[in-house]
Amino acid sequence: MNASKAQPASDLDELAHKIRTSVVRMTHLGKSSHVGSALSIADIVAVLYGAVLRVDPGEPANSDRDRFILSKGHAGAAVYAALAHTGFFPEKTLDQHYQDGSILSGHVSHKGVPGVELSTGSLGHGLGVAVGMAKALTMLGGEQRVFCLLSDGECDEGSNWEAALFAAHHTLKNLTAIIDYNKIQSLDTVSDTLGLEPFVDKWRAFGWNVEEADGHDCAALRAVLEPPSASGNAPTCIICHTTKGKGVSFMENSVLWHYRTPQGEEYEAAMGELDGA
Amino acid sequence: MRDHVVKRITELALEDPRIILITGDLGFGVLNEYREKCANQFINAGVAEQNMTAMAAGMALEGFIVFTYSIANFPTLRCLEQIRNDVCYHDVNVNVLAVGGGFSYGPLGMSHHATEDLSIMRALPNMQVIAPSDPWQSVHAVDALIAHDGPGYLRIDKSSAGISPAPEPNLAGVQLHRDGTDVMLIGIGGILAECFIAAESLNEQGVRAGVAEVVTLKPLDTDSIAKLAGHCGLLVTVEEHSIVGGLGGAVAEVVSEIRSAAPLLRVGLDDRYSSIVGSQDYLRETYEMNAQAIVRKVLARI
Repeated sequence: MNASKAQPASDLDELAHKIRTSVVRMTHLGKSSHVGSALSIADIVAVLYGAVLRVDPGEPANSDRDRFILSKGHAGAAVYAALAHTGFFPEKTLDQHYQDGSILSGHVSHKGVPGVELSTGSLGHGLGVAVGMAKALTMLGGEQRVFCLLSDGECDEGSNWEAALFAAHHTLKNLTAIIDYNKIQSLDTVSDTLGLEPFVDKWRAFGWNVEEADGHDCAALRAVLEPPSASGNAPTCIICHTTKGKGVSFMENSVLWHYRTPQGEEYEAAMGELDGA
Repeated sequence: MRDHVVKRITELALEDPRIILITGDLGFGVLNEYREKCANQFINAGVAEQNMTAMAAGMALEGFIVFTYSIANFPTLRCLEQIRNDVCYHDVNVNVLAVGGGFSYGPLGMSHHATEDLSIMRALPNMQVIAPSDPWQSVHAVDALIAHDGPGYLRIDKSSAGISPAPEPNLAGVQLHRDGTDVMLIGIGGILAECFIAAESLNEQGVRAGVAEVVTLKPLDTDSIAKLAGHCGLLVTVEEHSIVGGLGGAVAEVVSEIRSAAPLLRVGLDDRYSSIVGSQDYLRETYEMNAQAIVRKVLARI
């Protein structure tokens, strides 16, 4: 089902770059927030849609597809961009993000958007639904995998840990949680809000296989995401070390760019940096 | 009623492998037969209602017909946003079963009194809300929930009204059990029994009181409610539930849009918490929703 398996790493970098450019343009046109959160996951979604997920843009609801849930729904712009750049809908549609009457809401929506499995936006919902899908697909004997991308701040939500307990107890080896660990949340750094460390140990203690990766290295991401569960029957958690706002120097590692929208000179500067990259 | 519901789900699950029952670690004894006969269609989610409900949505998105099961407010209010965003917005076949409607678990205290569930479940788009008065109705309710390819809520009462099974029940519509032109008592759930006693007493005192029943609170048979409102002198809603937003609220919404409707008296738990402990009957008396209280309130009003 996936025609892009053979993509060289440079193509994934190129896809990530397209996603970044679209994200900055979309948040500019929509005067919307969360550009930093979306840039943070650009490489992760590029690797997922460009190489890992067995999905078919021509038949987005094909039951054999892998499932991907963006639990950090506020970064929906990155997923919309990935879907458009891999052929799920026209790239031109991205310009409607955040606009009056648009189907592309700020938080990712499945309504009328081909390729989106689940609408999210309130944090701590995606992993539980992904667990249900993984359980269901296991019961049906399917080969599909279920991926769920969470933010680090989102891990404050207790519902994730309910889901983590269940997934390990029920040996959902078809489930992969991916965490965008950029160490910055809405108002402050993660460590100054509700520290998550030792983060790897937490997931491991819950019974998950845990791997860490550079969340901006497409080849490294592909290496950890592509192979099915490494050991035994445990679900897998991939903690991706990322930089919030990655790709635009003045947005990087900045709490400000969780909510600030790129306008005027800042927009020009951001696009200039991306064009030069 | 609880046993009837589980028995019916067991029968249907044996025929349909898509049916799944997930419990939030409750149902000791009650779920035994289901667990034995449908082991592969049973999941204990643990004491984790948020995950139980999100997971139910995930399974339903994959084509399963899922029941979530727990007591009173745990499968509803504890995980309300999972019901709203994951289940109802995605319009999937997840059916929430709450045992212990109203004061069914009276002695256990306020945490176990379900007194806002109808109101809150009713407010969610796509949600079907059913509150039977008798075990035989609950069997049909299970069938209706499965047949409806979308979310549902079933309020399971410990008490029952003692109505004879109808040969061809229409649980979707308002049931008229006794005609009356002065007063029409509209009940929901097992407390309907109090309406029958109250109506008898009122008729003995020269007040022509009738009894109607709502089983499906949502979607509500608004035409029948409107008809009753135009046909009697006083409408009275009776529910083991807050008077805010439940049956009383739903009927108020209907009659407020009618030019010449009968006035409405809402009998139920006033906008407060039930902090007193006691049996279902005791609490109905204490919070003034038993037959004597209904008669008293009606006579004061007419």
